[in-house]
Amino acid sequence: MTRNGKWPLAALAMLGLLAGCGGSDHDDPVEMRTLRVSVTNLTANQPLSPVLVSLHRGEPAWRAGAPASAALERLAEGGDGSALAAELAAAGGIVDASGSAPVAPGGRDSFELRFPAADDAVLTVATMLVNTNDGFSGFSALPVGGLDAGAGRSFVLGAWDAGTEDNAEAAGSMPGPADGGEGFNPVRDDPREAVRIHAGVVGRQDGLASSVLDSKHRFDNPVLRVEIERVR
Amino acid sequence: MFRKSFGAALAALLLPGMAVAADVEVTVTNLTGGIHFTPLLVAAHPAGTHLFQTGEPASSALQAMAEGGDIAGLEGVVSAAGGQFVADPAGGILAPATASGVAMLSTDAANTHLSVTAMLLPTNDGFVGLDGWEIPTEAGTYTLMLNAYDAGSEANDELMNPGAGGAPGVAGIPGDPSGRAGSGGSGVVASTPNDAEPNVVHIHRGQLGDTDAAGGISDLDSRSHRWLNPVARVTVVVQ
Repeated sequence: MTRNGKWPLAALAMLGLLAGCGGSDHDDPVEMRTLRVSVTNLTANQPLSPVLVSLHRGEPAWRAGAPASAALERLAEGGDGSALAAELAAAGGIVDASGSAPVAPGGRDSFELRFPAADDAVLTVATMLVNTNDGFSGFSALPVGGLDAGAGRSFVLGAWDAGTEDNAEAAGSMPGPADGGEGFNPVRDDPREAVRIHAGVVGRQDGLASSVLDSKHRFDNPVLRVEIERVR
Repeated sequence: MFRKSFGAALAALLLPGMAVAADVEVTVTNLTGGIHFTPLLVAAHPAGTHLFQTGEPASSALQAMAEGGDIAGLEGVVSAAGGQFVADPAGGILAPATASGVAMLSTDAANTHLSVTAMLLPTNDGFVGLDGWEIPTEAGTYTLMLNAYDAGSEANDELMNPGAGGAPGVAGIPGDPSGRAGSGGSGVVASTPNDAEPNVVHIHRGQLGDTDAAGGISDLDSRSHRWLNPVARVTVVVQ
């Protein structure tokens, strides 16, 4: 109580300081931006798993020629992007979003990411081709922090093979509607354990008798269109 | 005042085409899952030089590369044009889903364009190629995706002919580093004449293969020896 007379002064000083920082409408240090990401499934009969869109900092989630991470394996084999989202968030997450449903062939989905201005922001988009063993599409760590308001870019992308599961096309090995089989399995039985461009599916009509796929599940590149625009 | 403006306009006209020497680092990544690249040729040369051109018949030098992986003839083409090259930056055959070593080129001012070639194994006359890409004068990192081409010089019978098939004009595939090719196939197309495709360089139609290692129509494996484009990524760092 002896210092009672001093506290109100200190408290007032602090309040004044805080008010000075937060009260100015003209000196907001955080500029909010909005990035719109739209995806289109260009395939004939490869539904895409709910699309993961992540704005983050740091390194790509995969590299051609390198083994896939366990998180990428979960997306590429089972269409579940939650582990990859968590991995990117932990490494330098800014904001992410995931589709609420698969994207049908010919279908579209769109996302708006609102984030504090960050010149070093990079974008990762990933989705599984569900009538494959471990095929996916997207890009990782695309620099977008320097985009001006109103600016946009468009990409058409090929399909990657995660290199985590043999492309057996066998009954029970793929999660999509062509098979209704298994998604993620931690066993890695691809003859070459490295991310690369997918060679396409063979199918039983083209001589792979053990395949449950047929000609309508074949695809060629590109398989995915991604359009990005900084709308604000 | 007039003279100054004129000078600026002249500079603007000259700058885009002005040849400058540059230090260029080139890395090639094999993006396929089951196709090997024979030793790469990475070359800088004048704008008018070509190792191959789509729609044009293969030169004998290109045929030797595309059918047998021999780049000596193409090295001669580059040298005759005053160009510069790095032969075999990967130190031999480049396996699927791997990157070559870095090919360093300190280009002369006249060597403004970049070309890359390597044979695809196992194919009859398939190759990965970059035909005369103008090297940017602005420092930076540039990424290019390359397609698979067919030299149009040999029928794609998809039959193994170990060793011998690499000679220009000899039917068959000279080897398969993946060890997944079979034998005893009847042939996807007749070995001669090569009338199932245009006899000019074109985009490769891809391979068929089958799942019968001891027969069927192809000695190749449909699960290992197919691809979709692009088959390679080239990363170019201009210093």
